Amino acid sequence: MSRVDTVLLPELDGPVPATLPRALGLLSLALGVGALAAPGPVARMTGVDDSPAARSVLPAIGLRELGSAAGLLSGRRPAGWAWSRVAGDAMDLAVLGRALADRAGDRRRRVALTTLAIAGITAVDVLAAVRTGRARRARARVIQMEIAVTVNRSPAEAYRFWRDMENLPRFMAHLESVRADDLRRSHWIARGPAGHRVEWDAEIIDDQPNKSITWRSLPGSRVPNAGRVRFVPAPGDRGTEVRVELRYAPPAGALGRAVAKLFGEEPEQQVRDDLRRFKQVLETGEVVRSEGSPNGISVRQQAMQRPAQPLPPSRR
Amino acid sequence: MKATAWMGADSVKVIDVPDPKIMNARDAIVRISTTAICGSDLHLYHGYIPAMRKGDILGHEFMGEVVEVGPQVRNLAPGDRVVVPFPIACGHCASCQRGLYSVCENSNPNAGIAEKIMGHSPAGIFGYSHLLGGYAGGQAEYARVPFADVGPIKVPDEISDDQAVMLADVFPTGYMGAEMCDIKPGQVIAVWGAGPVGLLAAASARLLGAERVIIIDRFPYRLRLAEKHIGAETINYESVDVLDTLNAMTAGRGPDACIDAVGMESHHGNTAMYAYDRAKQAARVETERPFALRQAILACRSGGVVSVIGAYGGFVDKFPMGAFMNRSLVMRTGQCHVQRYTRPLLERIQRGEIDPSFIVSHRMPLRDAPKGYKIFQKKQDDCTKVLLKV
Repeated sequence: MSRVDTVLLPELDGPVPATLPRALGLLSLALGVGALAAPGPVARMTGVDDSPAARSVLPAIGLRELGSAAGLLSGRRPAGWAWSRVAGDAMDLAVLGRALADRAGDRRRRVALTTLAIAGITAVDVLAAVRTGRARRARARVIQMEIAVTVNRSPAEAYRFWRDMENLPRFMAHLESVRADDLRRSHWIARGPAGHRVEWDAEIIDDQPNKSITWRSLPGSRVPNAGRVRFVPAPGDRGTEVRVELRYAPPAGALGRAVAKLFGEEPEQQVRDDLRRFKQVLETGEVVRSEGSPNGISVRQQAMQRPAQPLPPSRR
Repeated sequence: MKATAWMGADSVKVIDVPDPKIMNARDAIVRISTTAICGSDLHLYHGYIPAMRKGDILGHEFMGEVVEVGPQVRNLAPGDRVVVPFPIACGHCASCQRGLYSVCENSNPNAGIAEKIMGHSPAGIFGYSHLLGGYAGGQAEYARVPFADVGPIKVPDEISDDQAVMLADVFPTGYMGAEMCDIKPGQVIAVWGAGPVGLLAAASARLLGAERVIIIDRFPYRLRLAEKHIGAETINYESVDVLDTLNAMTAGRGPDACIDAVGMESHHGNTAMYAYDRAKQAARVETERPFALRQAILACRSGGVVSVIGAYGGFVDKFPMGAFMNRSLVMRTGQCHVQRYTRPLLERIQRGEIDPSFIVSHRMPLRDAPKGYKIFQKKQDDCTKVLLKV
């Protein structure tokens, strides 16, 4: 395992889900061919065969559907093409709504059935558009970094401390707890602002004693992430270069905003601070606190320093 | 407890704050008996050090009695009388282990801010801005001392408070300034600034074997102290040209080493140059007025050492790099690695080689701290060093 970007995260590294867009492409193809090749039967089936306009509108719809089919089956920008189908559905529903108002009897029944079918297809189209869009954006949001710190301890000592995953919250400020379920698996809880908690399970996928540890979240995590830490002897007998690579994709929406706040405006700075705390814990025994930064190193706290005077009893 | 707090530029107050408590396992709480106002506190007082907050407790020179220790402090016990070095140092990082305590890699919880300005972060310092840690200072009744197993040393009964508190900063700082000059027999050392650090640098240069020590200032009462206690030659830069005089005194060679014990708020006799730097500093275009440093470089013998122990915080203009480079000068500098010097210098005091408390001019109760800052700032009443008694 040479680099963290070779650690596969199914949510990010698998193909963007394409089954549904392709099915919709085939549906568009069928509808398009039908509307162009047999406008008469299609008009009868949908209950608009009494309208002179239908003769010119149906081939136009057929052309539009062939366009969507070409786009969706090409596999490029599936989310965009799925949304183009949603737009077409909206047009069709509008036309059918007017047709329904003008008709009675058997024709009205056929128009109503058509409307129902189109409404169902619209729902599937929206689902496909949202899903493929989300998958694409998750890939676009991926954050990847490599940060290092030199610690005046041997690689074996640094490795031992990190390998006990339950130690991680002692220096990773955003973590509330890590519970080791067994030697490989662990359950992580990160705390965010306003009580937001993000939890996931992770597994160690490569473990080189005194050299490196590689882990990743298990499939299904809302914040897919992978990490790797290497413990490299520092030249000149100066301890260990602790080199951390991280890769994660914050989700969208409210949860995503919470995760973004967890890591702040500068996610790299947060990790750098984590490593500074790691160094403090290994070299001095604990995180160093001052009156201005009573919780120890943190970018957020640096920006909001309290005066350098003892804490009131209520804050101890 | 009562504590001296920074309330804004040119304003300090003695206010009531909560008593300190142990925050880390290697902390100790010290009940302060004597604390001092340092020349570098005046930089804070004047508002030239960034990242101060209203209510910050000042003071980095203090001593007193240990009243509480954290579970990891085994070398001290309640009742011990200790003096506390001003840099906060963990003792275990690579810098501390090489004796470079003032650049401890772990003691500044605000290292991120310092890195943005200085590239890398130095150690945290008591009562010296949030840039250097946001630690409460020691001009107070009590102080929390982090890494109490590394910094404070016990003071024997025969050493007075006035002598011992000199070990917190000014004596080690002056001594390191002289030590960095790498003094050899026959050498002439010039010191800019006859404040506490300059005087003790001059005295230390004597201890380290300098043939002649020349000290430069504009206050006759301070120059008299240097003559009387150190046997130094003196130059009042308001009455003579410093470079001409130094050249005359050294037969054209220049001093073998020059110590800048002035720092960022230098004053000097050349009115136009002073006005230039003063104006830029006031407009925050330049953070320092480095006149003493420029002059020290120009004065120094070719191949000599410029030792900088005056405090700087940011950037200087018109640095005479041409003189510095073409004349093979060496610059050595640093906040003092006090922990390295406390014991040997305590022993020098015990052996009677020096009594650093000759610099003390004023002793007053803690509640008079605002007055102490004022007279120290204005150099009133022949003020050289103010001790606050708690």
